[in-house]
Amino acid sequence: MHQIACHECDLIHTIPPMPESATARCVRCGALLLQSKADSINRTIAWTISGLILYAVAITFPFLAIKSGSIVQQTGLLSGIQQLFSQDIIPLAVLILLTCVLIPLMQMFGLLYVFVPLKLNIRVKFAINVFRLFQHVKPWSMMEIYMLGILIAMAKLGKMATIVPGLAVIAFGLLIFVLNFAITAVDSHMVWERLEGEP
Amino acid sequence: MKQTLVMARQLGLVSCHDCHLLSHMPELSANHAAYCPRCGGELHQRKPNSIMRTWALVIAAMIFYIPANLLPMTITSSLGSTQTDTIMSGVIYFIHEGSWQIALVIFTASILVPFMKIIILIYLLLCVQFKSIRHPKELTRLYRLTEAVGRWSMVDIYVVTILVALVKLGLIANIDAGPAAIYFASVVVMTMIAAECFDPRLIWDALEKQHE
Ligand SMILES: [Zn+2]
Repeated sequence: MHQIACHECDLIHTIPPMPESATARCVRCGALLLQSKADSINRTIAWTISGLILYAVAITFPFLAIKSGSIVQQTGLLSGIQQLFSQDIIPLAVLILLTCVLIPLMQMFGLLYVFVPLKLNIRVKFAINVFRLFQHVKPWSMMEIYMLGILIAMAKLGKMATIVPGLAVIAFGLLIFVLNFAITAVDSHMVWERLEGEP
Repeated sequence: MKQTLVMARQLGLVSCHDCHLLSHMPELSANHAAYCPRCGGELHQRKPNSIMRTWALVIAAMIFYIPANLLPMTITSSLGSTQTDTIMSGVIYFIHEGSWQIALVIFTASILVPFMKIIILIYLLLCVQFKSIRHPKELTRLYRLTEAVGRWSMVDIYVVTILVALVKLGLIANIDAGPAAIYFASVVVMTMIAAECFDPRLIWDALEKQHE
C-alpha cells in the first residue's frame, strides 16, 4: 500500500499493490494515476533496439524524391534539413531537427541508458536525470505529425510534380509505431522505485 | 478501496512533478527550495507562477496568431510567375480541387486548433482567477484535450518545410517559406508551453476553499 496524489487535482489516493497490466485512475477527475506494465524492462529494450535500427535506415537512405517530367530530385531527411539551413530559415530548420530527428534519438538512447542497467541490475550515474529528461521531452517528439505533413505535401504538389517516397519513409513510418510501443512499455512507477536512492 | 476526499496540500504533503513521490513539504524561508527525496527534483505545491506564465504565453500567442494567418506561408515561383499562399488560401485551394478531406485537416490543424487552444486556456485562466467552483471535472477534461491535440498544429509547418526542401526544380518551379511560417511555428510552440505551465490543480483548489 502506498499513497499518491493525483497530479491533476491533488487528491490523495491509497493504492494497493497492483496486479500486472492494471490501471489506476483518479476517483475525482479521472486522471491516469498509475499503470503497471507486464515485462516492462525486456519489452522496452527490445522495442528500443528495433527502433534504433529503423532510425539508422530512416536517416541514411533516400527519404523523398520529386519527379517533374524528366527531372528527378532526391532528398534525405538530414539533407532536407540542411537545405533549410542553407536557405536561412534557421528557426524552422532547428525546430524540425529537434522534433523529428534529435528528440526521438534522445528518447531511444535515454531508454537504453536507463533500462539496460536495470536489466543487468547495475547502477549508473545520472540515470535519474536521464529518465526525468525522457519524461519531459515526450510531447516534443513529433514524427507522426511529420508523416501527416508528408501526405499533405504530396497532395499539395498535385499536378506540378509527384513525390515518390523512398525506403527511408517506410522505415520512418514503422519507427513511429515501434517508438510508441517502446514508450508504452515503460512502467515509470517501477523505474522510479528502482532508481530510488541512486547517486 | 476506501477513499476520503483529501488533497495532498491540506496534509502538508507535496507530490513531485517528475516522479510523483508524495513527501512532506518543509516550511521554507525565502530563497530556499525543497527537493524530492527520491529523484532530487525541485518540489512545488503548485507549478510556480502558473497563472502569470500561462497568461504571458497565451497573450503572446494571440498576437502572433494574427500575422501567422495574414502573411504568406509559402511563395511559389513557377515559370516566371510568383504566387503567395496564406494558410486560408491553402485551405481554399483544396476545396476547389475537390479534396475537402485535406482542406478539413489543414483547417482544423492550422486555424481551428490554435484558436480553440487560446480560447480554452483563457477560459481556464479566468475560471481559476475568479475561483469558479462549477464543473471542475469538465474543465480538467478540457485542459487534457488542449494538451493532447495542440501539437498536431505543427503539421502545416512540416508541409511548408517539406515543400521548400524538395521543390528546387530550377526554372520550372521553386517554393520558399513565407514570413507567416515563423509566426505560426511560434504560436504552436508558445501554446504548447502555455499548456505545460498551467496547473490543473488550481481548478480544484477553489473547490477546496469552499468546503472549509
Ligand atoms: Zn485527480
